[in-house]
Amino acid sequence: MTATLATSDPVLLDFAEEVGDTGPVAVEGGRTRWSLGGSPAEGTRLVRAPTGLVDYAPDEMTVTVRAGTTVAELHAALAEKGQRTALTDRGGTVGGALAVGENDLRALGRGLVRNSLLQIRYVSAEGRIISSGGPTVKNVSGFDLPRLMVGSLGTLGLLAEAIIRTNPIPPVSQWLAAGDADPFAAYDRLLAPSAVLWDGASTWIQLEGHGQDVADQQRLLDDIGHFTEVPASEVGEGPDPCPVALPDHRWSLAPGELASLERGELGRFVAVIGLGLVFADRPQPVRPLSPEVAEVSGRLKQNFDPTGRLNPGRDPGRK
Amino acid sequence: MLEKLRNLRRSEPQTTGDPFVDALRAALGPDQVRYDGAHRSLLSHDASVFDGGNSGPVCYPTSTADVQTIVRLANDHGRNVVPRGAGTGLAGGAIPLGLPVVVAVTRMDRILEVDPVNRVAWVEPGVVNLDLTRHLTPMGFHFAPDPSSQQVCTIAGNVANNSGGPHCLAYGVTNAHVVALEVVLPSGDVAMLGGLEPEPQGLDLRGAFVGSEGTLGVITKVAVRITRNRPAVRTLLLSFGSVRDAANTVSDVIAAGIVPAAMEVMDQPITRAVENYVGAGYPLDAAAVLLAEVDGLAAGVDIDADRIGEIGRANNATDVRLAGSETERALLWKGRKTAFGAIAQIAPDYYLHDTVVPRSALADVLTEIYAIADRHDVLVMNVFHAGDGNLHPLLIFDGREEGMMERVHAAGAEIITASLDAGGVLSGEHGIGVEKQQFMERMFTDDDLDHQNRLRQAFDPGCRTNPGKVIPSGHSCADIQALRSIPREVWV
Ligand SMILES: Cc1cc2nc3c(=O)[nH]c(=O)nc-3n(C[C@H](O)[C@H](O)[C@H](O)COP(=O)(O)OP(=O)(O)OC[C@H]3O[C@@H](n4cnc5c(N)ncnc54)[C@H](O)[C@@H]3O)c2cc1C
Repeated sequence: MTATLATSDPVLLDFAEEVGDTGPVAVEGGRTRWSLGGSPAEGTRLVRAPTGLVDYAPDEMTVTVRAGTTVAELHAALAEKGQRTALTDRGGTVGGALAVGENDLRALGRGLVRNSLLQIRYVSAEGRIISSGGPTVKNVSGFDLPRLMVGSLGTLGLLAEAIIRTNPIPPVSQWLAAGDADPFAAYDRLLAPSAVLWDGASTWIQLEGHGQDVADQQRLLDDIGHFTEVPASEVGEGPDPCPVALPDHRWSLAPGELASLERGELGRFVAVIGLGLVFADRPQPVRPLSPEVAEVSGRLKQNFDPTGRLNPGRDPGRK
Repeated sequence: MLEKLRNLRRSEPQTTGDPFVDALRAALGPDQVRYDGAHRSLLSHDASVFDGGNSGPVCYPTSTADVQTIVRLANDHGRNVVPRGAGTGLAGGAIPLGLPVVVAVTRMDRILEVDPVNRVAWVEPGVVNLDLTRHLTPMGFHFAPDPSSQQVCTIAGNVANNSGGPHCLAYGVTNAHVVALEVVLPSGDVAMLGGLEPEPQGLDLRGAFVGSEGTLGVITKVAVRITRNRPAVRTLLLSFGSVRDAANTVSDVIAAGIVPAAMEVMDQPITRAVENYVGAGYPLDAAAVLLAEVDGLAAGVDIDADRIGEIGRANNATDVRLAGSETERALLWKGRKTAFGAIAQIAPDYYLHDTVVPRSALADVLTEIYAIADRHDVLVMNVFHAGDGNLHPLLIFDGREEGMMERVHAAGAEIITASLDAGGVLSGEHGIGVEKQQFMERMFTDDDLDHQNRLRQAFDPGCRTNPGKVIPSGHSCADIQALRSIPREVWV
């Protein structure tokens, strides 16, 4: 009989035991997005997800990592083999990044977080380890719980371990800046920019790929604006590395809405053209879920966590 | 003539004796509800090798409101609902069990809007995959998932099965190309799942719905991501003296950090069949061929094409050919995509399997598959999406031969076991349907399956939509035995 996906990793089993099957419980990651969707209710026991890189197969472009590992540590290991993931490093953990589901502002180049998760193991409200998805880069075996877990804020299960798709770091990466360019025209002109940022006046573009292709793409912008290369030293490090300081709040909008952004409503903003992500001074108002979506979501919560013990106080509908 | 008329009348009586069918007829147009035996028999199957189910009335909605009417009437009458596209599924997903109403969305086939600013197209569920890409091509875009059945299969079928295709290696399978879905939920309510924004609020119900094989509701509208056509494409045909060399080349290309748009392998028997069928210029003497394509910007594709050629030569490629023209390229692809048509010319029956293994395990698992087929005395050919480790062993046989089906299924079960043992999964793109239900317990624990069922029941608490699929007996909300026990000849 073939072995199932069931794990025998004692570290994960210990984590499941620690979560147990009673009492309110939440996972503490890097606390970088602690209050997103609400803070954990008073009296919630805090646990930490297990850490460590379990298996890295650069030639499969997959990595198995425990949820408490920091994104920084994961990316440092991958960089040694010239690879990266769609996760964004805001100082937090892999589990936190998946549970929050926020994308890197360079997502046009590295993909959406929700598409990068291949397999997930989480601890259920009953204190059991559940596995879903699979270790291969392509898989449609059964219902897609990994997709459901991304952005769920740990309200359906506490993430313990993930298998994530990696991708090669392109040989050349170059940021460009222009004060006089139409960012929408630039986005349409380029085949696959990794990021196009716009603050209502200036435009910043990240091009990645083979050196010649990057140079060719850059030339395509000649009649759109006076673009200059931003030296790597001015790109900045840490969360969301880019050549412009980002306001604190994130908005998620249809890309088509970006052309009509108003400073009045958002304050200072930096919009990611083509993606629909916007960083702004003011927070995005909560967009209520439709009654039909709220009903199914409510039943999901009820079915996965009947007593409401997982991350009480948090609601992915209020992110 | 008279006899014909009488037959017609017999097959489409004015009142059917089934109040559900009468209610459907009263609510929808007369040509939208079919209840004749021939029609129901036809729609009791899909393209899989599995025994048909038993269909109740077949409805052809033309709007979301029609679908809502059908689902509500089904609820009122305590009947199940099975959504259906073109019926090309290979895992039995669209096979109706328990006399459900079959909701065939093929008449909802309009491309509603192409929105280049948001890079999406809004389409009805019955739009044929290739028709969408043909529509988009002049605008500089295409729909990336390209299953080999793309000339007939529908977008709804693609979404429900999370289908793949040769070019999903670099661009991702259907899930990555669906941003929003309008669905009629099992309750009869209409819901919009997902959205055009990168991080829609709330749980990702869109993501949970894609790949759910018609068990969570009926898709009535889809916003698909449209992909820019690439300015540069290079297509390589590499020939090898062994399947192992071809498989190792694939794994080495990925290991070198190259993500081609497509990497497809065909072994000698299938290459010969294809060549006889379309004359695409494939070599007849190679033990295996690798069709590799890179696309993107001019400089990068040249560099990657060169490196793939080098990696192939390092793995003993006997020939590396770069398609010299768009005609040559199109012909090579035509050959690959009509592989199954080619088989239909030479054998009465085939059973196309679908498992995935780590790319580094491809060569060993293929060796094992040839041995399994040998042991069971069944002919096997291999044509597969090698780039993502997605195997498609094609068992070829004559089903009329005594004991043949038993041998075919025994060989299939061993292929699945070999794939799982190598660290692989049950299905890469065809889904579980009825085909692999009994293997689900090999991959998942009781707890895992229980959680899958919790997801299913959150959408469909009454277990009314496509019951008896994906999750095996004992874990499923449906009584699969009872669904199956209605004899096919009985039309109630
Ligand atoms: C020759 C051949 C080649 C193939 N090649 C490939 C390939 O390369 N890649 C691949 O992935 N597949 C392939 N397939 C399998 C098949 O074509 C795909 O799964 C396809 O997406 C099914 O689409 P369909 O419209 O035929 O759906 P159907 O077979 O009609 O239905 C498939 C599933 O979708 C559900 N469904 C249909 N419509 C709806 C709806 N409106 N709402 C909710 N659920 C719905 C059904 O209930 C069923 O479970 C191939 C099949 C054949 C016969």
